[in-house]
Amino acid sequence: MQFEYFINGGDFSKAGQASSQFKKVLQQLNVAPHTIKRIVVALYEAEVNIVAHAFKGKISIELQPDLVSMLLTDEGPGIPDIEKAMEVGYSTASPKVREMGFGAGMGLSNIKNNADLLEITSIVGKGTTLKISVNLSKQE
Amino acid sequence: MKVEDLIKTLSLTPFTGDIGTSRPVAGGYTGDLLSDVMGHSLAGQVWITLQTHKNVMAVASLRDLAAVIIVNGLKPNDDMLEQAAEENIPVLGTYESAFDVSGKLFKLLEK
Repeated sequence: MQFEYFINGGDFSKAGQASSQFKKVLQQLNVAPHTIKRIVVALYEAEVNIVAHAFKGKISIELQPDLVSMLLTDEGPGIPDIEKAMEVGYSTASPKVREMGFGAGMGLSNIKNNADLLEITSIVGKGTTLKISVNLSKQE
Repeated sequence: MKVEDLIKTLSLTPFTGDIGTSRPVAGGYTGDLLSDVMGHSLAGQVWITLQTHKNVMAVASLRDLAAVIIVNGLKPNDDMLEQAAEENIPVLGTYESAFDVSGKLFKLLEK
């Protein structure tokens, strides 16, 4: 099954909607709660990153019986130093974004901790692509 | 213990009326950074925070939290309450600090 969601940069009123919609799909398919949690944490953080940093983005999700593959591509500033961005506490978020409790520099590590695979590619001045996979076979 | 028991025992303001007050409470998590709560809270916990915007409800819903308690007498934004109603997750208020209400909740749940 394929799913697509479009994200507008800067629109925090809709941040999390794609994750929420996809969570409902996973619940309807009776995916194990622990696995849903991992997928949703990773997807939400990646979705919020697009809202907080990019101009716009697209989420494409492929749902297979044993694997969820999520591809998030954005048009935005890109990440100059991915290794640095992965460090907990490192953030380039604006003060306004931080006031809301976002931009604490925990997003990418939350994704990494909950995903079975995370690949980040980025071109400065063009955008960033995240490939996130979570295995569905691990039942608790 | 249910959310309605917390409202009574801790004298909380039920900003969302009767919405979700029969939800069971499994514990609590205190924090104002959304990614911290996203990464560390557990389903069924009550979230204690000073954040008052609608993104709080997105996190609460995605993590299946039981309720949100807003501290220090702060009031939730209208769009937060609308989202809370949609998600059926109660938003409660207290004039106490996060430390005090967390301590009281911890004691209650120990019993």
